[in-house]
Amino acid sequence: MSCEKMEGRILGYLDGRLNESERLDAEKHLAACAACRLRVNEFRAVSGLLDELSVIEPSPEFDVRVHARVAAEPVKESWWAWLRISPRVAFAASMLLLAAIWMGYYQQPQQVQLPWNNPVEADAQMMQDLPVLEDHDVLSNFEPLKDLPGKADDDSDNVPQQQQPM
Amino acid sequence: MVRTDVQLMLDVKAGDEASFELLLQRYRTPLVNFLFRMVRNREQAEDLAQEVFLRVYRAREEYVPSAKFTTWLFRIATNLALNSMRDTRYQKLEVSIDAPVTVNAEDGDERPLDVAEKHPNIEQHLVGDVRVKMIRHAINKLPEKQRAAVLLHKYQELDYTEIAKILSCSESALKSRLFRAYEALRVELAPLVAHQARH
Repeated sequence: MSCEKMEGRILGYLDGRLNESERLDAEKHLAACAACRLRVNEFRAVSGLLDELSVIEPSPEFDVRVHARVAAEPVKESWWAWLRISPRVAFAASMLLLAAIWMGYYQQPQQVQLPWNNPVEADAQMMQDLPVLEDHDVLSNFEPLKDLPGKADDDSDNVPQQQQPM
Repeated sequence: MVRTDVQLMLDVKAGDEASFELLLQRYRTPLVNFLFRMVRNREQAEDLAQEVFLRVYRAREEYVPSAKFTTWLFRIATNLALNSMRDTRYQKLEVSIDAPVTVNAEDGDERPLDVAEKHPNIEQHLVGDVRVKMIRHAINKLPEKQRAAVLLHKYQELDYTEIAKILSCSESALKSRLFRAYEALRVELAPLVAHQARH
């Protein structure tokens, strides 16, 4: 291993984060290289010096201020939050809405769909009835049919009086 | 059984305020210390730490445990610290990189060190808190991202992957950055290092 490569592994070596083969390579190099060995020792010394810095404690007001700032945060309400706030009001509103829908449905005037309500449909119906009307005209003007005896009840005036057998 | 950070955060998401309190107690000291070592001002560090917790609370409903909680937490903290350090509002509170180290900076009582303290010999290193001030000064001299990398590596004991995510860089770039930072500290603290290395 070169000294340059060793430089890149010094911290990993000191932190114990090299894998087994890397660690063995590093130790082999350090055994043979006094300069790198010195540097490793000095890095270790730096790390030891950094341990000497004291730890400060947050001031007594720190937690109070955090709590105050958190408490001052606006509460995020979801869309359904109002249901949680007042379930009775929500229930009453729902019932009112259902009643309005029900009344609107059953009190609507029932419209009968007649063909003549729609002019287009009425015309179409008349066109379908034309053959019947034509047949009626033919039959009503057919002379031989006029000689036929009519019904007794309603055609009596048109039927000639017959002699009753003695 | 101790609940994990992720479990606590999911409980916060579900509306459990007590879990947020547990997270606050668990991370208030590490966060304040990290931010104090970043911005070098205690009051500002506490303000930023409060902001970190507030952002965590605000984001609770969108929280998805896709990464370690500490990665998320310290990423927020690091970004806030870096932005704050660049913010002109705090410039007058900052100690210049070239300015002398101050005494009781942790308490906001800033006083320049005298010349004897600034260039102490080995014997002086061993007495008083001058030694600590030198260490703090050496950290303060690091570029911002190198400083953040060292603080996260040394004091939060996060692994390389986590720190790389926090600093939005590759793992190899992080290792390079960390090496340069420790090398700078080694040079800056040479008198102390030489003494330390001999023992």
